[in-house]
Order: sequence, then C-alpha cells, then structure tokens
Amino acid sequence: MAGQVPSTTRTIGAATKSYTPPRTPDGQPDLQGFWTDSTYTPLERPKDVTKEFYTKEEAAEAEMRAAEREREQTEPGTVGDVHYDLAQFGLRKSQSTFARNLRTSLIVDPPDGKLPPVTAEGQSRAADRVARRKALGGPYDAVQNMPLSARCLVSAMGLGYDDAGSGPPLLPTGYNSNYQIVQAPGYVMILTEIIHNARIIPLDVRPQPPRKIREWMGISRGRWEGNTLVVETTNFNGKSPLRGASENMRVTERFTRVADNAILYRFTVEDEATWVRPWTGEMPLQKIEGPIFEHACHEGNYGVANILSGARAEEKRAAEGATKKSAK
Amino acid sequence: MRKRFVTSMTAAGITTAGLLLAGTTAIGQTPAYRAPRTADGKPNLNGIWQALNSANWDIEAHPAGPSIVRELGAIAAVPGGLGVVEGGEIPYRPEALATRKENAANQLKLDPEIKCYLPGVPRATYMPFPFQIIQSQKHIMIVHEYAGAVRTIYMDKHREAPADSWMGWSNGHWEGESLVVDTTGFNDRTWFDRAGNFHSDALHVVERFTARSPETLMYEATIEDPNVFTRSWKMSMPLYRHVERDARLMEFRCVEFVEDLIYGNLRKQPSK
Repeated sequence: MAGQVPSTTRTIGAATKSYTPPRTPDGQPDLQGFWTDSTYTPLERPKDVTKEFYTKEEAAEAEMRAAEREREQTEPGTVGDVHYDLAQFGLRKSQSTFARNLRTSLIVDPPDGKLPPVTAEGQSRAADRVARRKALGGPYDAVQNMPLSARCLVSAMGLGYDDAGSGPPLLPTGYNSNYQIVQAPGYVMILTEIIHNARIIPLDVRPQPPRKIREWMGISRGRWEGNTLVVETTNFNGKSPLRGASENMRVTERFTRVADNAILYRFTVEDEATWVRPWTGEMPLQKIEGPIFEHACHEGNYGVANILSGARAEEKRAAEGATKKSAK
Repeated sequence: MRKRFVTSMTAAGITTAGLLLAGTTAIGQTPAYRAPRTADGKPNLNGIWQALNSANWDIEAHPAGPSIVRELGAIAAVPGGLGVVEGGEIPYRPEALATRKENAANQLKLDPEIKCYLPGVPRATYMPFPFQIIQSQKHIMIVHEYAGAVRTIYMDKHREAPADSWMGWSNGHWEGESLVVDTTGFNDRTWFDRAGNFHSDALHVVERFTARSPETLMYEATIEDPNVFTRSWKMSMPLYRHVERDARLMEFRCVEFVEDLIYGNLRKQPSK
C-alpha cells in the first residue's frame, strides 16, 4: 500500500497523526458535532486521470471545473433552473463548507480508484433489476417507479435508481450533505440531514438481529479501536442497493478524529456476490458550525404529486388529440 | 393504579393552586427519587422509553370505540383511556372547539399520522412506538421509531427557532432532577392525537422529563397557544423503559406504506 501515513495528511490538509482527540466525560474519543462530507472529489477516478493525488494547484482547478459544471446545471431560463436554482437556495457546494481533498477519487482501493469488476451474479442481478423496473412501466406511471430519493425514502448521491442509499457508507449527497454525531455511554448516533436518518450504533458486543430483520440502512454495531470508531453493518434490505450491491453487503467504517475540524472517514464494502474483491474509500468529514435543519422531505413532497399528475394530464391530452384526429 | 390516577387528577382539577405539586403526586405518589448520574453529573435519562396509555387515540378521557375503517374490525378499534390532560378537559376557545369537531369527523382525510407525517411535539412522546434518548452535554437527541422523527435538544446555545418545523426547535436545561425542554417554532400541521385535538403555529411546549424510578420517567408537557386555547394547560404521564435484552428502535419508515394511499389516484390506468 503506497504511503498510509501521507494518505491522511493529503486527504485532510492540516491533520497529523500525533493529534489527540478530546474525550467525552465517559471517556470515548469525542467525535461530536456537525460535519459535512460535501466534496467535489468523485467516487471513481475520472477517465483521464491516472494519479492518486493532485497537486494543490491541480486540486483547486478540478474543484473549479466541477463547480463550473454545477453552475451549468442551472443556466437561467433552462428547465434545470426552473426546477432548482441551486445558487438561489445556497445549495451549490461551493457556497458552503466542503471537504478539500487532494485525492483524485474517493476510492483508494483498488489502487486504480475504480470500482472492482462486477461478478457474473452481480451482472445478472443488475439485468434483473432493469427488467423488473421495465415491467413496472414508464418512469412516471406510478410513484413506485420513481427514484427512491424523489420518494423521500433515502438520500442519494445522484438521482439514479441504483445510486441511492443513505448509507452506510456515508457518501456525499447532492446538497446539504451534513451529519450530526452525538455520543452517549454505550452509543454513537449519526444523524444524516437528508431524510433525517438517525443511525443509532450500540457499542456493546450484542449479536446482530436475525437475518430476516433487514432495514434500509442495515443494522450497525460499533467498537473503539484506540481512537478509531469501527462500525460494522449488515442486514441491509436490498431496496436501496449501493451501486448494484446485494442485500448481503457488509460495510466496515472507520472514523478517526485527526484534527479539531476533521474526521478521517474510511470505509470498506464487501459483497462477493457483486464484486470480485472488496473496495475501500476514504474521505474527510469537515467540521461545520451547524445547526442542521429538519428535512421534512415527505411532508413537503409536492414534486411526486405534480410529476405524476403532469404525466396523467399529458396522457389525457394525447388521448383527446387521437380521438379528434380519428373523428376528422 | 388507574383508579388512583383518576382520583388525584380530579383533586388536581379542584386544587387550582397546586398545579406544580400535582405533577409529582398525581401518579402513584412518587417519593423523591434521585436518578443515577452521567459522568458529568447530570441525571442519566439515557434509554429506550415508551408511553403505555391510549393518549395517541385521544388525550382526553374517552371510552373504547369502533374502528374508523369498518373492514379492520377490532384490529383498529379505539382502546378507552382516562385521559392525560390535567383537569380533564382542554380549554379550547369556542371557535377552536368547532375545528376540533371537524377534524375528528374527517380523521381519515385530515389526520397527519395517516400520511406518515412527522408527529410533532408532544404527540411523538406518547405514540405507541418507543423512542431513545441519547444524552450528551451539548445536545440531547430524542430519536423516535415512528417515521424516524428526530429532535435535537440544544443544551448549549439557546436560540430562537430559526425556522418553523414539524418537530419544533428545542432549547433544554436541567432543573435539579428534571430535564426541562422549551420548544417553539412549530408549524400548524400536527395534531395532539387521532381525535383531532390540534394547535396553531403559535404553539409553545414546555416539557419536563424526570426520573421517578430506575425504569420509569415522569413526563409533563405544558401547552400554550393563545390562538387555540383560553389558557395554558398541562398533560402528564409516566414513560416506561424498555428493559428487554438488546432492545433497539426498529425501523418504521412508513413513507413507503402510505404511497399508494397518497399517490394511488395518480397511477397510470391500464389502457382499455
């Protein structure tokens, strides 16, 4: 493994290995507060990039290019602009704190920064999923055909169907990719702002519930290894597959506070039914002032109702048009 | 115990001057109890708790009643209850009483719980689902199983609610054995129960969580909303600890369960 030590400092600018995190009154390393993983660093290394780290200048340029693309999404007068003027709502990443990173991809292993090859089983599962979705009909035929994030079920990296997941692992959402960590004796709670998902992680050695108990975000168990919080998660329900993973995916996360304002977050995804080998990502969580706000997504979900009624209205108009034509 | 509850509640209604005392004496004549402490010396309220009453059906006294959906028979029938409102009745303004009646008559259409909406405060506390208190120094979290509703109680930086929300903005402090939570910044879209008891966005709730034994908390909520009530009023009830081994909040992500109800009429109909 090329340079474990520098990877920390290059993922998180000022962090040093010698940092000693503060402790909670009951003696846990203190990870508490508000954090963001908002970043311009992509999960997979871009096609034209071959190195693991940018120079500072290159990183700044990559950020600028990504911010430029973000701006293009909301050109005044375009459909994107009507839907969400990101700038107007302060939702562009560059408008708030984001985590700077010299890495060219969040994936650090495999070393090429890309997801490992998909197994035959994984490929046929992906094909099955596409076929099943097709059998449901058009994307706006029913609410169940729409992306999970649009339905306010889980947050998503993008708006794709297999891109969804409120974690674990934590992955940046489109905007407001914010977290709140609170610790009590025996527990760590990680609240994701989007969809207000609170993950309550017990730190004792209790067994996992039976396999039939499966949840959207899986079921997590944690423990401290020195100053690092290690969280293992299984029992996913398979309904929000991370990049096509199976419900038997296992995620191991490592949270290490490496500076007052930074946690080094490292995660490994194991799912031999989907990828030929495990893969690992690493990114900083950057401290933000907070607070985070209530994301009452479902309660204010006019989007789904409007999109569906728009689709029905169009069908009606098309049908009336057809009737008129045949009457002529 | 239920009978004793009724008697002392009536007594509390008569003794108008004794409201504060009634909170500690109303249920089971609790002797002063000192909770175990956290490492920083505060009463330790950590745990998974749940109300064991029928307040979510109606916070006022009510007899058992049939289900609003005939097909569900006894499954969704209403269990009776002696009520949790001190003094027995909610002091509605006359026009607000009419709205409550209308709400109750249109429960299927109007009850926010039917649509899996965030339950608001104090309703979240006594829904028939557990919640977990995660107690830290600066922030105390209350995480509810129902709809994954979450509250952050700010113990450090008290501030005015920066925006209206379903679960409100909570500032907390310790008063001896009690965690006192002052919550404002509500919208007007949540109810107190399934009986249509409601509030406006002027709602102000002050809650007191007090340990009364290793496995029970005393919960009180003082409700103030001049748009809807003629005076402030109070509800109180015990909360019980989940003591079973490895107890945890289960997932109750009910959005998925109500999609057909909310959006089913917008589904594409098969072409004829």
